[in-house]
Amino acid sequence: MHDGHYGRFGGRFVPEVLTTTLDELEAAFSKAQADETFAAEMDALRRDYGGRPTRLYQAERLTAHAGGARIFLKREDLAHTGSHKLCNVLGQGLLAQRMGKRRLIAETGAGQHGVATATIAALLGMECRVYMGEEDCRRQRLNVVRMQLMGAEVIPVTAGTRTLKDAINETMRDWVTNVETTHYLLGSVVGPHPFPMIVREFVKVIGEEVRAELLEREGRLPDAVMACVGGGSNAMGVFHRFIGDETVRLIGVEAGGHGLDTDQHSATLVAGTEGILHGARSYVLQDDYGQVHPTHSISAGLDYPGVGPEHAWLRDTGRAEYRAATDTQALEGFRLLCELEGIIPALESAHAIVPAVELARELGRDGIIVVNLSGRGDKDVDEVARVLEMVTPGDGPSPGGASDVAAPDRSPTHPPSSSARSSDVPQQATTISSSGGEER
Amino acid sequence: MSAVSDAVRKANADGRAALVVYLPAGFPDMDTSRACLEAAAEAGADLLEVGFPYSDPLMDGPIIQHANQIAMEAGYTPRDDFAMCERLNANIGVPSLVMTYYNICWHYGAPDGLRGFATTAADVGLAGAIVPDLPVAESSAWLDIAEGAGLACVFLVASTSTDEHLADAARVTTGFVYATSTLGVTGTRASLSQRAEPLVGRLRGVTDKPVCVGIGVSTAEHAEAVARYADGVIVGSAVVRAAADGGPAAVARLVEGLAAGCRRGYGAVANSDSAR
Repeated sequence: MHDGHYGRFGGRFVPEVLTTTLDELEAAFSKAQADETFAAEMDALRRDYGGRPTRLYQAERLTAHAGGARIFLKREDLAHTGSHKLCNVLGQGLLAQRMGKRRLIAETGAGQHGVATATIAALLGMECRVYMGEEDCRRQRLNVVRMQLMGAEVIPVTAGTRTLKDAINETMRDWVTNVETTHYLLGSVVGPHPFPMIVREFVKVIGEEVRAELLEREGRLPDAVMACVGGGSNAMGVFHRFIGDETVRLIGVEAGGHGLDTDQHSATLVAGTEGILHGARSYVLQDDYGQVHPTHSISAGLDYPGVGPEHAWLRDTGRAEYRAATDTQALEGFRLLCELEGIIPALESAHAIVPAVELARELGRDGIIVVNLSGRGDKDVDEVARVLEMVTPGDGPSPGGASDVAAPDRSPTHPPSSSARSSDVPQQATTISSSGGEER
Repeated sequence: MSAVSDAVRKANADGRAALVVYLPAGFPDMDTSRACLEAAAEAGADLLEVGFPYSDPLMDGPIIQHANQIAMEAGYTPRDDFAMCERLNANIGVPSLVMTYYNICWHYGAPDGLRGFATTAADVGLAGAIVPDLPVAESSAWLDIAEGAGLACVFLVASTSTDEHLADAARVTTGFVYATSTLGVTGTRASLSQRAEPLVGRLRGVTDKPVCVGIGVSTAEHAEAVARYADGVIVGSAVVRAAADGGPAAVARLVEGLAAGCRRGYGAVANSDSAR
């Protein structure tokens, strides 16, 4: 694993105009890594500004519901800005400042990374522009407003599928044009080298905190660590410190959308093929000619046809397992955390909950599972209400209620139920496809 | 060195900068795209670049993105693009190159993707390939296969490239060095960037291979200005727009003007500049 390759994955497939800048970024990162003042500055900001370390919470009622292994939630939803994303943007923001860049640009899907980038731009006094698919601007409107409040310019992307993939294309185009003044603050462990490495180094603190706290509290390592995977930053963050701990299963959960037997999903590692997208060789959802497929997920942050190259490598070596949870299962996980734990999770993070409950039953009561609860769900409440056709007191039906589903008969304050859309969605789409699944 | 570099040198020997014209396959439909390419060759293009549409063209601006999208929505695949090239190459007297993104090359004829792409390209009479998201550092597998198939390889450089990168790109190129006139994606520009001339000057210090300038070169006046210092002039988006607005006839009119610009600019300094 050198020169930005993870086995045969990774690399740097970008226009020549970016090569020099990527070299400079790598050099600046290496220099910062060796500089104690950089680490001290970042640690102080993570703690005092970002609220780290985040807590590890034993979810008693969810555990009781599962009736098996204890389930711990790593509470990244409690970090500043409401997700794990701040770790990465703090690191890259400070790096950009050291490189003399005055302008930050970023792509965003769910808006969590865009919000984090807007936050750091405000903190460091830098100009900020965020590209966001038009469809995602609609379904994550709260985050659009948050970015704007902090002074960022949000550009809706109307090209292609109008989601995260196209936002990345558009941010790359901006970067190619303005590379001398601008840092592309890439939000996941994807893209050309050195991004997958740099982002991983900035988010791996998540797993380090989990490991240290669990050892202190329980005197042992977990049986499994689970996280949702879109590009894969929160999963890489929580997995990385455990890669050498052979007894700890690492399980990533991708977005199964309407089911893996449809083409309406985003389960790249489970159902994709090898290819080159956004500067790196990895798994991609694409046709036989290499044209990238439109994807679907109820969660904007997982709605992406690529995945980080290091995950591709973890998949192929069998060190990590990857599964998919459907939209319906994600909504069920969302509901479970709301009703049993009083936690409204991000729809992205909610994908890992039902698979965690299933695994808890397999492992039995002696087991310990850690789920990275990568973000909070305030941004998702409108979309969930719309999908579930919730009715709130004093209101008519929520705007844009899906017309293809018969309106359920429901009292005004009825909690969301996962049954609303179950009729057209396969319930048993959780699938283990990676080689690691069979090797235990 | 190759049919591609020979075409540039032949134009230069004829007292003009070579004119390289880009058009995407399948836009607005496959037959019309071929007619536009043939019209460009007839009107004075020395080399043609045939774009194979890709779903995520991150080096391309709105005009070429749009053309890509139209072609993809029509359902054309690289197989159709190659078939068009075969007919095209039977009808024109100038070399053509394919320009597409690496994932397309990598998949064609999988599992032996790169080889399938390169041999098919050679079989349909293409003389070279330009892969804008393949930098020299990642290119060794492609270079071996493309050259084995007899395809000339063209690499892009930019004003941000270090001298070392310029030298590397010049060393491995077997067609021409593609100097990007400006930072940014493909597209028409009102005025010509000031970055291109110094970049070409730096390239002259490391190579005597042909240097062509593209990206943001839109008008006959731009072509004339570039032809004063470069061996070739590459025009893409402006021609695509002409194809969209007026089909083969509009392409021919634009290309005639561009070709005249290439001759005026090159001729203006040909006698005083023996360094070419």
